[in-house]
Amino acid sequence: MSEEIYKQNIIDHYNHPRNKAKMFEPDIEQVAKNPSCGDSYILYLRVTDETIQDATFSGVGCAISTAVSSMLTEKIKGMSVQDAKKITKDDIFEMLKIEISIGREKCALLLFNALHDALNSLE
Amino acid sequence: MNIDEIKTHFPQFEANKELVYLDTAATSLTPQIVIDELHDYYKNFRANVHRGLYKEAEEATKKYEEARRAVADFIGAKEDEIIFCAGATHASNMLFSALADTHRYTEGDEIVTTVMEHHAMLLPLQKIAKEKGMKIKTAPMFEDFSINHLELENLMSTRTKIVAVTLASNVLGTINNDLHAIVEKAHKAGAVVVLDGTAAVGHMKVDVFSLGVDYMFFSGHKMCGPTGIGILFGKRKLLEDLEPSYVGGGMVEDVTEDGATWREAPERFEAGTQHIAGAIALQKAIFYVEHVGLEDIENHCRKLVQYAKNKLEKLEGVTVYTGKPENNIGIVSFTVEGVHPHDVAQIAGKQNVAVRAGHHCALPLHKKLDVPATVRASFYIYNTEKDIDALVACIEEAKKVFQK
Repeated sequence: MSEEIYKQNIIDHYNHPRNKAKMFEPDIEQVAKNPSCGDSYILYLRVTDETIQDATFSGVGCAISTAVSSMLTEKIKGMSVQDAKKITKDDIFEMLKIEISIGREKCALLLFNALHDALNSLE
Repeated sequence: MNIDEIKTHFPQFEANKELVYLDTAATSLTPQIVIDELHDYYKNFRANVHRGLYKEAEEATKKYEEARRAVADFIGAKEDEIIFCAGATHASNMLFSALADTHRYTEGDEIVTTVMEHHAMLLPLQKIAKEKGMKIKTAPMFEDFSINHLELENLMSTRTKIVAVTLASNVLGTINNDLHAIVEKAHKAGAVVVLDGTAAVGHMKVDVFSLGVDYMFFSGHKMCGPTGIGILFGKRKLLEDLEPSYVGGGMVEDVTEDGATWREAPERFEAGTQHIAGAIALQKAIFYVEHVGLEDIENHCRKLVQYAKNKLEKLEGVTVYTGKPENNIGIVSFTVEGVHPHDVAQIAGKQNVAVRAGHHCALPLHKKLDVPATVRASFYIYNTEKDIDALVACIEEAKKVFQK
C-alpha cells in the first residue's frame, strides 16, 4: 500500500474515467449519493443469464470515488452476478492500491455499496 | 495583536508545530486557560449544581452561575435570559419545539428565513413547519452574497410567526447585522426574530439588546470554548410564557402523580444535569476573547479575508464565493476547476493545512451557488497571512497533481 493517495493510476482514472456513459435502457439503474461530499453517481448494469454483460456510470465526484467507479465497472464487466456479489470492501482497497483514511472510506465505498444494492435488487 | 504570542496560548500548535489551522468555522482550537478550567472542575470541585449543601457543590454552583452572568454580559443580555444547552443545534431544536408547543401555530402560518441558513436552523424549522402545516418562505441573496433585505421584508405578512436569520453565514462569511428594519417589521406582524449567532459570536461584538432580536443561539466551541456547551438567549418576557420542550429533573416547581408546574426561566429550560465544566470553561473562553479584544479579532479576520480573496482570485481556475471583505466574519469558500473539493482538502491536509470540504451543513445555499461542494478556509486569532500563502501553495499543488 502506498502512502501517496494521488498515485498516477488514480489520477489517470479520474482524468480519463473508463465506462463513463449513460446506458440506454439498462436492467438496473442505481443512484449513489454522498451529499456531504457532493458526490453523485448513477451505476448502470445490463444483466442477462446471471451475468453482468455491461456496466457504466455517470455523475461527478472526487478523485477516489471516480477512480473506484471507473475501476469497478471495468472489473465487473463479464462477471457472474454471484461472483460480483462476493466482492468485498477489502477488494476495493486492494484495487486502489493506496492507503484510504477514515475520512475517505465513504468515497472509496460509494460505488461498491451501490453495486451491492443493485445486485440485491435483482432478487 | 501579537499572533506569535497568541499561538503560544494554544497547546495544539505545540503538539503539531507545522499546523496551519484554517478550520475554525468547524471548531476553534482551545486555549490553555480553558483546558485548565475544565481540569479544575473535574479535579477539585466536581459536584452537581443547585442541590448539594457542601463546599464542592457550592463552589460548582457559584462558578456555574458566574458563567451565566459572564455570558449575559458578553452578549448584552440579562442573566435570567441565558440558558445553557449542549450546543447551537440543541438550542435551536429546543427553541423551535418550545415555540411550536407554546403558540399552537396553525396551518398557513408562516416562517420567513434566508437561503444561507445552516441546517441547525433550517431543519428544526422544517420539522415544525411539517408538523403544523406552516409555510417556509426563503429570502434570496444579492449578487455580493449578502441577504436581500428588501425581499426578506416583502416576504413577511400578518401570518408570519417566526423570522429566522443567521448573523453570519458559515460558508460565505457574510455578516447580516443590519437587522433593525427586519426586527421592526417582524414585531409589527407579531412574529419573533430568531438569530443564529454561531459563526459570529466570539468573532465580533454581538449585542442582542441593540440588535433587538427575541432569541439567539450559539455554540461555545467556535469561540475557544469546549465542545458540548451552547447558549440559548431569550428575552425575559418571552421566556416567561414559553413551554419547555425538554422536561425532567431540576426544572420543576411541583410534581404530582399526574402533572407538574415549571420553575422560572432559565431553570425551566435546563432539565437534567448540564455540561457544568463546559459552562464554567466557557466563561474562561469569554474572558480570553475579550482579553484579545473583539474589535481587534474582527479587524484581523477581515484583513485576512481581504488578503485571501486577493490571492485566491488571482489563481487560474479558482472561484471564490465571498462578498465584501469589510462585511465578512473571516470565512472564504472556493472551488478549483477540475479538482474536487475533497481532493483539494486532502492535498492541503498532507501539508498540515487544515481546511474543510463539503457543503458545510448548508445544502440549499450550495444548490443556489450551483456547486455540489466547496473548500472552506476560516480564520481566527491564531492565523496569519503566511497561513494563507501555505493554502495557496496547496492549491497550486492540487492543480499540478490533477493537470491533464
